[in-house]
Amino acid sequence: MKTKNIAFIGLLCSVSLILAYIEALLPPIYAAAPGIKLGLANIMSVFALYKYGAKEAATVCLIRISLSALLFGNPWSLAYSAAGAVLSLAVMILLKLSGKFSPVGVSIAGGVCHNLGQILLAMMVLKTIGLGLYMAVLAITGTIAGVLVGFCASLMLKYLKKV
Amino acid sequence: MEKKKIRNDIILAVCVLAASLIALAVFLCVRARGSYAVVLIDGKETARYSLSENAEIEIKSENGVNTLKIENGKASVISASCPDGICTAHRAVRYGGEVIVCLPNKLVIRIDSASNGGVDAVS
Repeated sequence: MKTKNIAFIGLLCSVSLILAYIEALLPPIYAAAPGIKLGLANIMSVFALYKYGAKEAATVCLIRISLSALLFGNPWSLAYSAAGAVLSLAVMILLKLSGKFSPVGVSIAGGVCHNLGQILLAMMVLKTIGLGLYMAVLAITGTIAGVLVGFCASLMLKYLKKV
Repeated sequence: MEKKKIRNDIILAVCVLAASLIALAVFLCVRARGSYAVVLIDGKETARYSLSENAEIEIKSENGVNTLKIENGKASVISASCPDGICTAHRAVRYGGEVIVCLPNKLVIRIDSASNGGVDAVS
């Protein structure tokens, strides 16, 4: 890996962490289901995925969730963001490799799978399957957030072509 | 090529939205007023309370303490020992199948209507 890329990925990690921090400051939305969020930090993972590749996207994402859990989370939030992040990363990487989706489609899948991973972990922890209703709500909000995140990532890719 | 990708993106978004909206619509159509608030700790039913009687119940488990409040046929959690308090922010639930979850305390409050109680007891 070139030194320049290492530096740039470090930069993406820190921007991603700041976005996660800003989002943690926003009042949480519990209106219809717990877990509704924008996922702004995912802009950096999607960008890294398209700009560099799977390994770099995973680096940005995993460094961000470990640091944000240490700085402004608790062991519970780490477990849940890790469950969401791992599933969402895996699906985003597969869809990117298929070559059939733009960053917007990839980030929609990523957003929805992030929620899905968290719900699946919650179902396992609580040993209850009655959380399906939450998933229906979260899939809708996850899609909307995914479109937004995907557009932001596309814009970054467009304007940072030369970097 | 790019156009095809955008078309795929839209198909993906529409499929996800359609599936969730159908699921929600089905729930809204078949939902019935619940009769019981069932307390599940670690996946096991530990108690059930009738929604027709107002009550405030302290639920203690090895993981922590939550207070369940039943008022006017609705159940809500009004206090919790966990740090995030997501369950206390949750709106009151009253329809069969609705749940309030406290992840750190492994607690689920589920509303059962008289009709689906038997099915859920088996599953």
